[in-house]
Amino acid sequence: MFNIRKLSVIVITGVAFLLAAPAGARIINGAGATFPYPVYGKWAYMYNRATGARVNYQSIGSGGGVRQIRARTVDFGASDAPLKPAELARWGLFQFPMIMGGVVPVVNLKGVAVNRLVLSGELLADIFLGRVKKWNDPRIRALNPGLKLPGRAITVVHRADGSGTTWIFTNYLAKVSRDWKEKVGSAKAVAWPAGIGGKGNEGVASFVRKVSGSLGYVEYAYALQNRMATARLVNREGVAVAPTAESFQAAAAGADWEKTEGFYMVLTDQPGKLSWPITGASFILMHRRQARPERALAALRFFDWCYRNGTKAAMELDYVPMPEEVVRMVEAAWEKEIRTVDGGRIWPPVSGGGR
Amino acid sequence: MRGPAVFPARLRRGGRGGADLAFPALTMTFAAGVVVLFAAFILVLSCQAWPAIERFGLGFVVSGEWNPVTGRFGAMVPIVGTMLTTVVAMTVALPVSFGIALFLAEIAPAWLKGPVGAAIELLAAVPSIVYGMWGLFVIAPIMADRVEPWLGEHLGFLPLFSGPPMGVGILSAGLVLALMVIPFMAAVIRDVFMMTPRNMKEAAYGLGATTLEVVRDVMIPCGRKGIAGGVFLGLGRALGETMAVTFVIGNAHNLSWSLFAPGNTIASMLANEFTEAGDALYAASLIELGLILFMITFVILGAARLWLRVGMEQGGGR
Repeated sequence: MFNIRKLSVIVITGVAFLLAAPAGARIINGAGATFPYPVYGKWAYMYNRATGARVNYQSIGSGGGVRQIRARTVDFGASDAPLKPAELARWGLFQFPMIMGGVVPVVNLKGVAVNRLVLSGELLADIFLGRVKKWNDPRIRALNPGLKLPGRAITVVHRADGSGTTWIFTNYLAKVSRDWKEKVGSAKAVAWPAGIGGKGNEGVASFVRKVSGSLGYVEYAYALQNRMATARLVNREGVAVAPTAESFQAAAAGADWEKTEGFYMVLTDQPGKLSWPITGASFILMHRRQARPERALAALRFFDWCYRNGTKAAMELDYVPMPEEVVRMVEAAWEKEIRTVDGGRIWPPVSGGGR
Repeated sequence: MRGPAVFPARLRRGGRGGADLAFPALTMTFAAGVVVLFAAFILVLSCQAWPAIERFGLGFVVSGEWNPVTGRFGAMVPIVGTMLTTVVAMTVALPVSFGIALFLAEIAPAWLKGPVGAAIELLAAVPSIVYGMWGLFVIAPIMADRVEPWLGEHLGFLPLFSGPPMGVGILSAGLVLALMVIPFMAAVIRDVFMMTPRNMKEAAYGLGATTLEVVRDVMIPCGRKGIAGGVFLGLGRALGETMAVTFVIGNAHNLSWSLFAPGNTIASMLANEFTEAGDALYAASLIELGLILFMITFVILGAARLWLRVGMEQGGGR
């Protein structure tokens, strides 16, 4: 019958594909941060189309990514919060930045359109501390003379799960507010003094959309996709900037990667008139000593390909690609730091690959 | 009714083959597996939670602090949240499912029993995440715009119904839980009611008892054990439900008298925080929460069984 024949063709191609896959190229396994998942997924798809190699990335969260790479169950881990040089040394890991993006405050307030509301870092911290409770608080009014603000209560929305996005956000609040630093601190999960918690960026986004008078923070792409009202922030130079790819890029441009040990770079509260203050990089983690160099090389080839061919896709998804000079530094560091068990060179590949 | 079942030929011959001997051993293995699994659960949870047990001791249960930054953890907030949502859920679900069961078993005309019964069973099979999303998108806005403001206006003098209506919180979580356990409880209780011996019911009616009297004096005493079983099934589900609660409870670590306030349950905290709990003490504290939930369920079910047994002996009922 026609259907059976069609089915058997599908089955045979499927089996042939499964048999061919291990021979053609290995599967590169990675796990970790959810923040860069959309772009990693897109890159993996494009890389597969271009080279036939398969990359399997599981977005299980930054903490899970660190745990899995330590346990060597994956070829690379991914984390939004950079590991400190001491932690890297203790676990024999090497980290490098892969992609950058921004965390943005989102509001749900009648009559307040996209990027109309202006907040300062300190004010944002005091709202999240539960000290500024109403939208018509004099401090908010002072920054927004043109806006009509109601006497509604502010409902703070934060992440309920541990998250790299929270790490970047609280890192910023701790930098601009002494009280936040002392009372709450910065981490992937903190003891929130106020508000309600949503699970994941999408959880926060849906609470903010549902509860009128709410204020939350999400990764930029989620705000765009859900057409949420983002707010402008007063940066370090005193300029109220809107969250855009340009303002993320401006924050990244000022960063001096050369001087940072182990690429431990936090991009919050960067100088520059146009800089978006809550910008962050997402990192890849790999072991320094590779028992199976061919797997490490396959992963590095993928990253190299992404640095060179993935910038357009990243920008389409509202991420900020790494600047070229940083890529050069990262790849130079691969050569020095990622080695075989007996110290042999893995990168650059002997023939072909790279540039 | 059908007559007594005819014995299979093998049994009439009276022989006991190998299969007949193996069968009890096999079933016993399965039953023993449950006990082994139970013990293994406690053992593994205790071992993994040991760093937290050692560090905080009994203070873990009474402390309301949960601070991953400073590494200080306490279980008070999720324990209270778990209890409160369960109490809200059972308060709503118990009378409603009793009513549904009674209607289906005793009052409904025959043509209605089938469709309604099937609907109840279908509702019991809906995955909990669907209830959660429905709770967030449908129940929460209704609660925020209508129910909670009304409650606040009329019963706002009680601390239970004070505070700003947000639509997500303990009360909404309890209601969604109630809707989830009602089908379970209603289906079990209906089956129990249907199994009331016909002659007893007819005798009662013959003596001139009203429907209410038959239900109260014949059906409920007869099916007490089965009804309790249905209620505990619902209770167990309410205590441990995760995804649906995570969606609507607000996931905030605070303790409040108000049912409008966001809170946390043990299960929702585990679902939210476990993936990113990198620190050993943090992970151990979460596992200890799991252990506590296990204990709570165990104690409640144990107490219920005890109470049931005492009740049986005093009441003399079956």
